[in-house]
Amino acid sequence: MKASIRIAAMATVGAGALFAASSAFAQAPIKIGFISSMSGPEGVIGRDLKDAFDLAIKTGGGKMGGRPVEIVYGDDQVKPDVGRQVADKMLDSDKVQIVTGINFSNVLLAVVKPVLDSGAFYISLNAGPSVLAGKQCNPHLFSVGFQNDNNFEGLGKYLKDKGVKKVYFLAPNYPAGKDMLTGFKRYFQGQMDAEIFTAMGQLDYSAEIAQLRAAKPEAVVMFYPGGMGINFVKQYAQAGLMSQIPLYTGPGTVDQTTLPAIGDAALGMYTGAMWSEFLDNPASKKFYADFEAAYNRIPSQYAAQAYDTARVIQAAVDSIGGKIEDKAAFQKALENVKFDSVRGNFKFNTNHFPIQDYYLVQVEKDGKGRLVSALKEKIMSNLADAYAGDCSMK
Amino acid sequence: MSLSLFIEQSLNGVQLGVMLFLMAAGLTLVFGIMNLINLAHGSLYMAGAFFAAAFIKLTGSFVLAVLLALPAAAIVGAFVEWAVLRRFYSRGHLDQVLVTFGLILVFNDVVRMIWGVVPVPLPPPDALAGSVHLFEGVFYPAFRLAILAVGALVALALYFVVSHTRVGMWIRAGASNRPMASALGVDVELVFSLVFSAGAALAGLAGLMAGPITAVQVGMGEPILILALVVTVIGGIGSIRGAFVAALIIGIGDTFGRVLLPPALGSMVIFMLMAAILAWRPKGLFPVHG
Amino acid sequence: MVDSALKPAETGFIARTLRESWPILVVLALLALAPTLSSALENPFLIRLFTRAVIFGMAAVALNFVLGFGGLVSLMHAGLAGIGAYTVAILAFHDYDGSKLFGVFAGTGNLAISIPLGMLLSAFGAALTGIVSLRTSGAYFIMITLAFNQMLYYFFVALQQYGGDDGLQILASLDLAGFDISKRATFFYVALAALTLELLFFARLVDSRFGVILRATAQNERRVIALGIPPLRYKLAAFAISGAAAGLAGALWATGQQFVSPSELSWVRSGDYIVMAVLGGMGRVWGPVLGAIVFVLLEAFLPSWTQFWQAPFGLVVILIVVFLKGGLIDLVGAKGPRAPGGGGH
Repeated sequence: MKASIRIAAMATVGAGALFAASSAFAQAPIKIGFISSMSGPEGVIGRDLKDAFDLAIKTGGGKMGGRPVEIVYGDDQVKPDVGRQVADKMLDSDKVQIVTGINFSNVLLAVVKPVLDSGAFYISLNAGPSVLAGKQCNPHLFSVGFQNDNNFEGLGKYLKDKGVKKVYFLAPNYPAGKDMLTGFKRYFQGQMDAEIFTAMGQLDYSAEIAQLRAAKPEAVVMFYPGGMGINFVKQYAQAGLMSQIPLYTGPGTVDQTTLPAIGDAALGMYTGAMWSEFLDNPASKKFYADFEAAYNRIPSQYAAQAYDTARVIQAAVDSIGGKIEDKAAFQKALENVKFDSVRGNFKFNTNHFPIQDYYLVQVEKDGKGRLVSALKEKIMSNLADAYAGDCSMK
Repeated sequence: MSLSLFIEQSLNGVQLGVMLFLMAAGLTLVFGIMNLINLAHGSLYMAGAFFAAAFIKLTGSFVLAVLLALPAAAIVGAFVEWAVLRRFYSRGHLDQVLVTFGLILVFNDVVRMIWGVVPVPLPPPDALAGSVHLFEGVFYPAFRLAILAVGALVALALYFVVSHTRVGMWIRAGASNRPMASALGVDVELVFSLVFSAGAALAGLAGLMAGPITAVQVGMGEPILILALVVTVIGGIGSIRGAFVAALIIGIGDTFGRVLLPPALGSMVIFMLMAAILAWRPKGLFPVHG
Repeated sequence: MVDSALKPAETGFIARTLRESWPILVVLALLALAPTLSSALENPFLIRLFTRAVIFGMAAVALNFVLGFGGLVSLMHAGLAGIGAYTVAILAFHDYDGSKLFGVFAGTGNLAISIPLGMLLSAFGAALTGIVSLRTSGAYFIMITLAFNQMLYYFFVALQQYGGDDGLQILASLDLAGFDISKRATFFYVALAALTLELLFFARLVDSRFGVILRATAQNERRVIALGIPPLRYKLAAFAISGAAAGLAGALWATGQQFVSPSELSWVRSGDYIVMAVLGGMGRVWGPVLGAIVFVLLEAFLPSWTQFWQAPFGLVVILIVVFLKGGLIDLVGAKGPRAPGGGGH
C-alpha cells in the first residue's frame, strides 16, 4: 500500500482550520472538495461515488503532478442549502481548488455558482442539467458524467430504429425528468402514447401501472432513480408486465445501487447506459477488478463515472506538472485531456460536456447468481448534447 | 376510463387505504388511549420490514419470517415504551413530537449501522409473486390481494377486541378515566404497555407487507408516517372506525387524484382533502369524546 | 371590566429588558464580533456559519411568537419563510431576464421593494391558511399546518418556469435601496440588525395588551371568551405577524444564498425551527436565537466527527426534552415570568 496517500478526513471548522493557502511550494497538496449524499436513503449513491473516487486516487499513488492530493469530504444530505454550506466551508476554510462529487442536480445548481465565483473548478461526475450545458456553461465547469438528455437520446434512437410506435413515458415531476423526456423525443420523433409525471418520492405506482396496462403500449420508458425505481420495478413485475411490455430506463434506476433490493423482479429490463461492467476495454476491466477486490461488490455506473472523474483530474494535473494555480493552463489541460476512459471513447465538447458512446444493457444473472447489467449493443456513437450551441463559453 | 380499469383503480385505492389503515390503527390507538403522538411509529414500520428481510434470509420462508418479525417489532416497541415514552404520557404534545422525532433519527442511524446503506431485498412469497386474473380484463397482483385480505382481517379483529372483549373494556376504561380504572383494579400501566406493543406490531405488519412492493431502506418510515398521521387526524384521533374510513378516503382519493389530475395537483390531493375535511369538521370525521 | 392579569406590564421596558434578557444582549454583542473573529482566524467561513445562525434564529423567533406565546405548534413556518424567499428570487429572476411577472410587473433586484413585498405575501399566506387552521386545536392544528406546508412545497415544485424542484438561482445583482450589501460582512450586519429589530418588536408586542391577550388565550381560551374577547381574531393577527417575520427571514436567506429551492420549504425544516425554539427556550422572545446558534453549530460539526451523526443529534434532542424542560435559557438563568407556552400543551 502506498503510505504517502494523504486523504484527510473533513477538517473541522473554527479555530482548527488554519490552513494557509500557499502555492509557493510545489509540494503543497492539491485540494479537492468531494460533496455527495452520504446519509439518508441516498447514502448508497454517495458511498459508491466516494469509494470509486478514492480508488482512482489511490491507484494514482495519491499524487497528481508530483503533488500530494488532499480530499475534503462533505455530506449534502440531498439538501441544496446544506450542500451550499458544505461547499462554502470547503472554499473558505479548506481552500479547495477543485470541487466534485455532487449527484443531484438541485444540489449542484445551488453549489456551482459560488464555487465558480470563488475561482475554483467544478468537475461534475454525475448531474448534468441542460442549463449548465447551454446558457450557463463556464470555462471552469466540466462534466465527466453526462448531460441529462443523453441516455434517453440513445433509447429514443434505439426504439425508433426498432420500429416501435407506441411508447409510454413516466418520470418524477422535476427538471431532470423533463430533460430525459426531451432527450428521448429528440431521437424517437414518433408519437408518445403518454407522458406521465409523478410526485418525487412516490411510493405506490399501482394507479399508473393500471393506466399503462390499459393503454397497451409497445414499450414503457421510465426514469425513477433510487428508491422510486425500486418501488416501480417491483410493482411492474408483480403486475405481470415484465414479460408483456419491455421496460426501458436510464441512469441510476436499475444498477448496482438498487439491483440487490429489487432482486429477480428486475430480470429482463433494459437500460440506456454509457458503461456496463462487461465493457471490453483494459481500463474498464482493471476498474472492475480493482473495485471488486477493494470493496467486495460490483461497481455501479455511478462508480464508473466517479472513477473516470478522478482520472480526468489526474491526467490533466499530471500533464501540467501539478501547476493548477495557473487556471488557464489547467482549463486547457482539461479540455485536451488524454486518458483511458472506462467508457472507451471520451472527449470534452466545446461546452465541456462529454462526447461519448451509449449502450443498451439488460439485467441478467452472472455465473455467481448475481444480478448484473449485461452489455447488449452500442446504440449511439460519439453523441454530443444538444445544448452546446447555446454555450458561448466566456 | 373503461369499467374494468375503473374496477382495477378502485381496488388499487382500497388496497392503498388498507395499507394506510394498518399504520394508522396503531397510531390512533396510542394517540387516543395514551394521548401520545408517536412520530417514531414510522420507525417501527421500518423495523418490521428490516426484521422480515433478515428472517427471510435466515429461514428462507416468508411465513416464518412474518411470524418472527411481528413479535420482534412488538419487543422493540415495548422496549422504547419502557425506556423512553412511558414518562411522556403526561407531557405536552410538543414534547412528545420532539422526543419521538429524536427517536426517528436514532432509529435510522441504528438501522444504517446494522444493515448498511444499500436497500435490502424483501421478495414476496413465490405463491404470491405474480398476478391473478380476477375477471374479464382485470389482472391484479396476488400480493396486493393478500394485503387487502390481511388488512380487512385486522380491521375486523381490532373492532371485535376493542368493543367486545374484557381487554378492550380495560383499554377504553384506561383511556377515558385513568384514576377510576386504576381504582377498579385495572393495571393501567400494563394495559398501556400492551397497547403500545400491539401498535408496534401493527406498524411492523404494515412494514413487512409493504416490503415486497416498495424499497426496504433507511428512512422508509417517514413518508408513510405522514400519510398515516393524515389518516389518523381526518378520522378523528383515537377512533379506529374513523381511521378505517379515513384510510379508504385517502387511498381512493389519492389513487384517482393521481390519475385524473395534473401532476402538480395530484401530489397535493391528500393534503387538500385533509385541509378541506378539517375546515368542515375541526375534530375529524369521528370525534372521540372525553 | 378587564381582568387584572390581562393588563399590560407596568414596569419600565428598558429596565426590565436588562434584568430579564441580559443574556441575549451578551449574545448579540458577541455575534457582532463574528466578522472580526472570522478575519482574525483567517476563516471567512465563520461569517457564513453565523449568518445562517442569525437568519435561522429570525425564523425561529417568528415561530416562537405563536408557539411559545400563543401555544400554536405550527409546522408551516418553513413554507411561510419560503414565500418570502421566492418573492425575492422571482423578482430578481424577472429583473435579470427582462421579462415581466404575469406579463405586467417588471422584476427588481431592489430589496427595499422585494423584501417588504415578500413579508406582505407571507403574512397574507399565513392569514389565509390561519382562517381555516386556527379553528382547530392541538394535534389537529399541527397536522393541518403540515398539510398547508406540503401544499406550499408542491406549489413551488410545480413552478417549472422558476426551476421547479431544481430551485432558482439569483443571477441578478441585489441591492438595498441602492446600497450594495453583497459583501459577506455587510450582509451579516444587515441580518444581525434585522434580528435585533425583530427581537425588539416582538418583545414590545408580547408586553402589549395584544400580547397579554394572546398569552391568556394560550393558557385558558374559555376565560378569554368569557371576558368578551374574540380569541380567533387575536390568534389570526398573531399568526399573520409571525408569518411576516418568517417571510423576512426567508427573504434574507434567499438574498444571502443567492439561491432558493423547494427543499427549504420541506416540513422537516419547519420541524427544525421548532427544535430551535424548544432547544433555546420558548419562554423568552429571544430563547430561539440561542437554539438556532447551537443547532447550526451542531449541524456543521457533528457530520465532520462521525458518519453516524444523526443518532447523537437525536439523542441530544431527547435529552434536552427530558432534562432541560425550559430550554437553554434555563441554563443561563434568566429571571422573570415566563411565557405560558413553554413546555405546556
